[in-house]
Amino acid sequence: MTDRTTTIDDRRARSRPETGTGDAKTGDAEIGTEQVSYLRAGHTLRSWLLTTDHKRIAILYLISVTIFFFIGGAAAALLRVDLLTPEGDLLTNEGYNRAFTLHGVIMVWFFLIPSIPNTFGNFLIPLMIGARDLAFPRLNLISWYIYILGGLFTVVVLITGGVDTGWTFYTPLSSMFSNGNVVLAATAVFIVGFSSILTGLNFIVTVHKLRCPGMTWGRLPLFVWSHYATALILVLATPVLSITLALIAAERVFGLGVFDPALGGDPLLYQHLFWFYSHPAVYIMVLPALGVVSELIAAAARKPVFGYRFVAGSSIAIAIIGFLVWGHHMFVAGQSMYASAVFSFLSLVVAVPSGIKVYNWTATLYKGHISLDPPFLFAMGFIGLFVVGGLTGLILAMLAVDVHVHDTYFVVAHFHYIMVGGTVSAYFGALHFWWPKMIGRRTSVVWGRLSAVLIFLGFNLTFFPQFILGYLGMPRRYHVYAPEFQVLHVMSSAGAGILAVAYLLPFTYLFYSMRYGAPAGPNPVGATGLEWTVPSPPPKHNFATLPVVTGPPYDYEIEHEEAGKAGGGRKGKARTTRRDRADDQGRPTRQAKTAPGEEWQ
Amino acid sequence: MTDRRVDLRDPYARPHQQHSADMMGMFVFLASEIMLFGGLFAVIFVMRRLHPAEVVAASMRLHLWIGGLNTLVLLTSSLMVALAVHTARARRRHAAAGWSAAAALLGIVFLAIKTYEYSIEAARGLLPAVSVPTRFSGPVEHLFMNAYLIATGLHAVHVTIGVLLLAWMALRLRRGMLPLPGRIVTVEVTALYWHLVDVIWVFLYPVLYLAR
Repeated sequence: MTDRTTTIDDRRARSRPETGTGDAKTGDAEIGTEQVSYLRAGHTLRSWLLTTDHKRIAILYLISVTIFFFIGGAAAALLRVDLLTPEGDLLTNEGYNRAFTLHGVIMVWFFLIPSIPNTFGNFLIPLMIGARDLAFPRLNLISWYIYILGGLFTVVVLITGGVDTGWTFYTPLSSMFSNGNVVLAATAVFIVGFSSILTGLNFIVTVHKLRCPGMTWGRLPLFVWSHYATALILVLATPVLSITLALIAAERVFGLGVFDPALGGDPLLYQHLFWFYSHPAVYIMVLPALGVVSELIAAAARKPVFGYRFVAGSSIAIAIIGFLVWGHHMFVAGQSMYASAVFSFLSLVVAVPSGIKVYNWTATLYKGHISLDPPFLFAMGFIGLFVVGGLTGLILAMLAVDVHVHDTYFVVAHFHYIMVGGTVSAYFGALHFWWPKMIGRRTSVVWGRLSAVLIFLGFNLTFFPQFILGYLGMPRRYHVYAPEFQVLHVMSSAGAGILAVAYLLPFTYLFYSMRYGAPAGPNPVGATGLEWTVPSPPPKHNFATLPVVTGPPYDYEIEHEEAGKAGGGRKGKARTTRRDRADDQGRPTRQAKTAPGEEWQ
Repeated sequence: MTDRRVDLRDPYARPHQQHSADMMGMFVFLASEIMLFGGLFAVIFVMRRLHPAEVVAASMRLHLWIGGLNTLVLLTSSLMVALAVHTARARRRHAAAGWSAAAALLGIVFLAIKTYEYSIEAARGLLPAVSVPTRFSGPVEHLFMNAYLIATGLHAVHVTIGVLLLAWMALRLRRGMLPLPGRIVTVEVTALYWHLVDVIWVFLYPVLYLAR
């Protein structure tokens, strides 16, 4: 056991750029043979499509998720162009309904839910906890194929005319009146749900069973904590959606009647079942983003995350409370006043763990050694948009106010701020932060900063006018509207244009960097965490020898202090305990730091 | 400890770790199955709350004793599966194969009885989507029978999957394709799945048949 393992410090020392990872003198002979990166481990298409390597599957997800992002984005562009004029002269009523349904279905189920967990979670969780792979590698590959199968069904729906119900498939429209292809669309979502469940299952078991020696629960990176909480929701909420969609299909195919009052059913029951999944689904989309931002902030501030335990616990708290708030979607749908009051209260409670995260990030940044790297700018953009989205969520959780703005553009703006402003910003932040690790090449800082700023500005120009529109009474899902709303709609569409450019930009320079970028060392951002101790891109089996963790996460200050000491770094590190670290924290150690910006360029 | 011959799969370093991960994965999967049926139970409870008297009247039309017999069959098959695990742990692979085959057989008996029950209901015009002249006393009875068909149908799909798994496992055990102390987890995990199918029926039976 002991001769097979090594400490983090060994790995760090071995993987530093100056010593060189390929240098056989610093490592044992075994490492030299296993250093072939996962990207070069096989070149055939077969070696990609039949891989069980979590990193390759992450890349497969990255490609497919990007394709769906652009399909969904194209539908959104169509909507925004149509809304430029009050008459709605581009699309027919039916066409408009089908376009926003397509936009919603693809963006929610094929982009937002799988984006961060299935690409970055897949890629990073085993690396971060010191494991060779996820617990069930073949299941991981199967879940990608299931995802693709669901995607193919959606494409078939698209070709055969689409669906006009909105992504929520509300009854009785979906069960009785819709003339779209509801059954096929529900099947697509049903199938992609299986993929979610299997991925969640894999994450839960991996985090429980495959942590390397010394990686206790209190030392897990916050990214892993948030993915663990996400996985709990995926496993427990998705099956409820599956059965609900099966009931919808049965209702259409042979008149089940569960949601039909004429047959003794209850249409409100559909909304209960649907939102029991779909409200937690919002946290499936945003919790991984919160985990990403915790990592970006700690790396940007070069400080341990303030209140680590509270940030970790708040992920779990959000997951649990998220199951209890679905009724706030139904304040005006006819549920009892007392139920609404309880759901209103519980919805306000979710703000507490969310607030904990935001305040702790702020406290982490306080006196941090910050440089304006692209990942940091994306994280800042995330915080801004997430706070606006969260605070308007509080407005919507208030019973009386919700009656005024229910089903208006206010709601549209609110959830786009959380789900798109929040999640997509974090997604791009993660893409910029871990890109050198995934590909082994650095990318342009200047272009990264530009796209971060453009996304933030474009996003606000697109969606802030929608708050005003909604407050003034513009209902959602209408494409013929009163002329006085036109100015705000034109602003929103102009913002969408900026946003489109800002989203396309990263894909060009990231793609460019794959060939022309400077090689990244193992740790180009100077961050802590096991994923930065292996070469970039990581070798096929992640760790030649399984690491042993001896210290707390985000130990930025310790590392720099020991860089200042000559020689005895490793020995001192192995003895470092949490208590020692607390004593060391007060000392001024910042002079020893390298500015992260220098390393980026 | 015992010398376990295990084919260690990729991410694992120790047999014990692999075994406990496999078991945990199965438990998490079963939790998601419970949530799947949980949605159906919610539907049945809402129905009963909206129309208490009609649902009780509709429930009276179901065949209490056929359902009871099926409960007995399924519970017995669960015992067989437990015995299969027990004998597999004792490395008696032929006995384990026998017990799993017996459990699979009882699963088939369950499906046969269920089909017979469906056919009686279809003949009386009570089975939605199958009976050609339907003879429901009212919309609620129709709705109840719909929910009954969906719930028991979904359960029957699970029983079918379980029967196939058990039969395949019996075959592999008999031919020695499952090295016994090493791949014991396959037997345990299949048994867990079968127990869950059984437990779901134990809840479906009172909710549908005994709710009178």
